Amino acid sequence: MKAERFSEASEREIVELLTRYPTKQAALLPVLWVAEREFGYIAPEVMELVAKRLDVSPAHVYGVVTFYTMYQKEPPAQFHIQVCQTLPCAMMGCDKIIEHLKNKLGIKAGEKTKDGRFKLSTVECLASCGTAPAMRVNETYYENLTEAEVDRLIEGFNK
Amino acid sequence: MERVLTKNFELPESHTLQVYEKTGGYAALKKALGMQPNQIIDEVKNAGLRGRGGAGFPAGMKWSFVPQNTGKPVYLAVNADEGEPGTFKDRAILEKDPHRMIEGVMIASYAIKAKTAYIYIRGEFDLSYHRLEAAVKEAYAKGYAGKNILGSGYDCDLYVHRGAGAYICGEETALLNSLEGNRGYPRIKPPFPAVEGLFKSPTVVNNVETLAAVPYIIENGAAAYKKIGTEKSPGTKLFSVSGPVMRPGIYEVEMGYPMRKFLHEDVGWMRPGKILKAVVPGGSSMPVLTAQEVEEVNLDYESIASKGSLLGSGGMIVIDDSVCMVWALENLAHFYSHESCGQCSPCREGTGWSYKVLRRMLHGESKKEDIELLLDIGQKMAGKTICVLADSLSMPIASYIGKFRDEFEAHVRGDCQRCRKVH
Ligand SMILES: Cc1cc2nc3c(=O)[nH]c(=O)nc-3n(C[C@H](O)[C@H](O)[C@H](O)COP(=O)(O)O)c2cc1C
Ligand code: SF4
Ligand code: FES
Repeated sequence: MKAERFSEASEREIVELLTRYPTKQAALLPVLWVAEREFGYIAPEVMELVAKRLDVSPAHVYGVVTFYTMYQKEPPAQFHIQVCQTLPCAMMGCDKIIEHLKNKLGIKAGEKTKDGRFKLSTVECLASCGTAPAMRVNETYYENLTEAEVDRLIEGFNK
Repeated sequence: MERVLTKNFELPESHTLQVYEKTGGYAALKKALGMQPNQIIDEVKNAGLRGRGGAGFPAGMKWSFVPQNTGKPVYLAVNADEGEPGTFKDRAILEKDPHRMIEGVMIASYAIKAKTAYIYIRGEFDLSYHRLEAAVKEAYAKGYAGKNILGSGYDCDLYVHRGAGAYICGEETALLNSLEGNRGYPRIKPPFPAVEGLFKSPTVVNNVETLAAVPYIIENGAAAYKKIGTEKSPGTKLFSVSGPVMRPGIYEVEMGYPMRKFLHEDVGWMRPGKILKAVVPGGSSMPVLTAQEVEEVNLDYESIASKGSLLGSGGMIVIDDSVCMVWALENLAHFYSHESCGQCSPCREGTGWSYKVLRRMLHGESKKEDIELLLDIGQKMAGKTICVLADSLSMPIASYIGKFRDEFEAHVRGDCQRCRKVH
């Protein structure tokens, strides 16, 4: 991937972000969000660009990117399905939802479909325990899941 | 009971400034700006407001620890990283009434003389994040944040800072490291953040719910707040209820309310066919209460502590009799071992080892000694680490085995009826 500079729009955002903190480094998490939005995912070249822009070492950026689970480190699937597996959701039947998704998509948790459309992940508590089982697809929450509801959602994504 | 935190939750468009102002919003900030910062701290101290993020530290006292003579700026960091399993109350405040928290943030900032407040919000949050951002913009536009707030001469900027997926960043010093653009590693205390926190400057870290209670206290006075709840646990608390109950969800409860009554009358008790076995009262890291203890306990700090558990975040996980406690504990051990930041060996090794032992126990491959081994691992990692994440698994280990030992023994023998039935 080539990532030599930020677009003008991203650069404007970064300039604004930098006014919020007394150090450049403190803008790292938000700037990584900007970078991910612009480049699709955070490839090593993007880490270097971010490091240069914020005057921190690429190693520092790498350390941060790999610490946090949400930054995409490889080309993302079109739909990233993240099903909560923590106790309240587990009591309310998330295992069935996960099994159902595995069968439907023909992949295991942590895998991507061959066409790159879906990735299935199991994640920890999403703070939706009262509407369990819950999942996120990309940024959006889906709650009170049933197998039928999952079928409907996948059908919608496939349109 | 007068509702302090959720009174607008059912109103249409409750998240907008228009609705918040119409219901008297930001009157407390106006009042606060006419008071001396010290007076505000005293009022919050007298109200007996305790931190709602889990540790229950008195909020006014924390504010009073901030030294004002260091020549460094003072910061407020709002903990909106809600991630403790079973807890989903802060998300609700951010979605339904973000201005109440923002008003609390501005009052707290004025009281500790902060010129900048950062709201650290969990990266996964979607709707709550967008509503919070929109609310911050509205607050700036109306002069509730930024320069010369409501003509008082007081300036304070307010920024939303998104996390990126790491439970440990809810720990206050990990949160500060994360805000500085680092990995979210907890720091050794002391120094406490109030003395040396963000950018090596005095910093108060408060939970969303704690701050959302502040406008009520300033507007109505400490005495009014103290009228609600018990003598030692004043006010109201949000409980987020999950598990196979009739009406899971968020409830604002007057402190001291009987738990049995709460679960029966408010939550509607168990779903048909489900029998109550146990309740984790304050988020997944807290010791479990048996059904018998549920009968006897009230929802306040002291009463729950008298049964050996803690009120914590108010994340109430209701467990029914079909759930195997080995299975439940294995699930939590997976969570805590996954979320350990790995800095301290007792935590890194202890959470992972507990998980492995529980896993083999769950699959009927363990020896009798494994029960003692688990207790031993738990005991040896508690209290020996930089933050209390290790204790967060150690406490469930001790209480689940202590109160439901027969279920662990059944697994060792390989004849758990529950696991055969449900899983
Ligand atoms: C592992 C761990 C995770 C925590 N997660 C949160 C959290 O998500 N939200 C929160 O407010 N406090 C959390 N806390 C507690 C904070 O460290 C801190 O006590 C709290 O934010 C202080 O605010 P309060 O006094 O208003 O409660 C956590 C603590 C630990 C040890
Ligand atoms: S106790 Fe665990 S989570 Fe906390 S600092 Fe140590 S290793 Fe990290
Ligand atoms: S346990 Fe699944 S959202 Fe909390």
